[in-house]
Amino acid sequence: MIELQEVYKKYPNGVTAINGIDVRINQGEFVYVVGPSGAGKSTFIKMMYREEVPTSGTITMNGVNLAKLKMKKVPLFRRNLGVVFQDFKLLPTLTVYENVAFALEVIEAQPKFIRKRVMEVLDLVNLKHKIKMLPGELSGGEQQRVSIARSIVNSPKVVIADEPTGNLDPETSWEIMKIFEEINTRGTTVVMATHNREIVNTLKHRVIAIEAGKIARDEQRGDYGYEN
Amino acid sequence: MHAMSKEVITVMKIRTIGRHARESLKNISRNGWMTFASVSAVTVTLILVGVFFVIMMNLNRVAQTIEGDVQIRVHIDVAATQQDQQTLKSEIERIPEVKSVTFSPKRNELDNLVKSLGEDGKAFKLFEQDNPLNDVFIVKTKKPNDTMVVANKAEKLNYVAKVRYGQGKVEKLFKFINASRNVGIVLIIGLFFTAIFLISNTIKITIIARRREIKIMRLVGATNTFIRWPFFLEGLWLGILGSILPIILISIAYYRAYDYIGPKLVGTFIKVLPFDPFVYQLSGILMLMGALIGVWGSMMSVRKFLKV
Repeated sequence: MIELQEVYKKYPNGVTAINGIDVRINQGEFVYVVGPSGAGKSTFIKMMYREEVPTSGTITMNGVNLAKLKMKKVPLFRRNLGVVFQDFKLLPTLTVYENVAFALEVIEAQPKFIRKRVMEVLDLVNLKHKIKMLPGELSGGEQQRVSIARSIVNSPKVVIADEPTGNLDPETSWEIMKIFEEINTRGTTVVMATHNREIVNTLKHRVIAIEAGKIARDEQRGDYGYEN
Repeated sequence: MHAMSKEVITVMKIRTIGRHARESLKNISRNGWMTFASVSAVTVTLILVGVFFVIMMNLNRVAQTIEGDVQIRVHIDVAATQQDQQTLKSEIERIPEVKSVTFSPKRNELDNLVKSLGEDGKAFKLFEQDNPLNDVFIVKTKKPNDTMVVANKAEKLNYVAKVRYGQGKVEKLFKFINASRNVGIVLIIGLFFTAIFLISNTIKITIIARRREIKIMRLVGATNTFIRWPFFLEGLWLGILGSILPIILISIAYYRAYDYIGPKLVGTFIKVLPFDPFVYQLSGILMLMGALIGVWGSMMSVRKFLKV
């Protein structure tokens, strides 16, 4: 469960990105975060994985208050969280397999378990046949699938995705969405910032619209609501 | 239950260290020319430091030899009795800076004079019956720099005719030696910090190139210690790699130079440090310095990227 209470975020340069947000996301929900560029969407997402800390208010995720989380505890918190980015953030020198295994090596998992689990998630994203390739040899959609595989390899309760289809063509975007749907059906909470109107309007889920740092709209099975 | 989980952690750590070692070696070969840049920076600096060190240590050795030769000659008044001489000797010995006092009777003094003058000295043999020289106490000080102090103190004692230690010349010599030592120390420290600056900068560039990698590691939940380890080891390898060429070059150069210069210095007061053990010690120091600089440089550089 994720809960934000009275969250404000003001950057040192004086810009107020988040201007009082209260929201609650239950375990197993699928939430789209939409809104115009510069409305605070990105800050909202960044606070979810503790890249940004709120100026005031509390963000509770899986029982941890991120606003007060000590620097040292951040890595432990992130192990229970998957993050997917628009630019994939894969390590270019590691193979597909190594990129996914990396997230488990970091938490010092048993090698046997790593092998089994990595193959499992690569199977889920349909990349079992490309494990030895480098990210540079893959298409955008395939790279994003690797990055999704990496985000769920720790079996996190929550996956945060920041415009995961932003760099992909429509057809590939649908493939990626299918994977997120699958992850969500298995009980994982998915919070996804997106600009993709078609996806939001077709695969109906809860929609939170952020405008000027506030929640402008929060609807179950909502619409995208903006002209692209 | 608790004990068991502890054991599991230990086992994992050993495996993790293996992973870090492999990872650091892989990074060295993967980052091809960055590795080359860092290693070259270490190499160039250590060659400079090494050459300078060789010169400094040998100059110091020469200075020590010269200083060791300085002695104070306390001429005893002819009027002094055996008893007075004994008293004077213990008085000199009581000066805190004095290391040793040796008695040299005037007969010896004359012999030395005769010997030092060679053929011409024979004329002085005539004085053997009626030796006009004084008996002398040869005084050595604990520290060469105390020579002047001791000489001044000795001069004031009873039955001292005069005190000779190469007045004027010794002061100048000591001034020169002290000045060159201070300059040497300052230069070595300066060079050391320049080295650290140069190398940490080069390593920083290689790490900035991997900022992304560090960020991703943080995002998937790697602890800072976990991230640091491969970089720590990589710095260590780079430093050690960078010290190999300077060690080889300086060893060969010193060996050749020693062979060439050594025979020419026989019979002079200048002695250079022998190849064994000096070059081995120097190699150890250079390797250690390389390792320290490498590790320090890489730790300093990685630090600022860990706060994501």
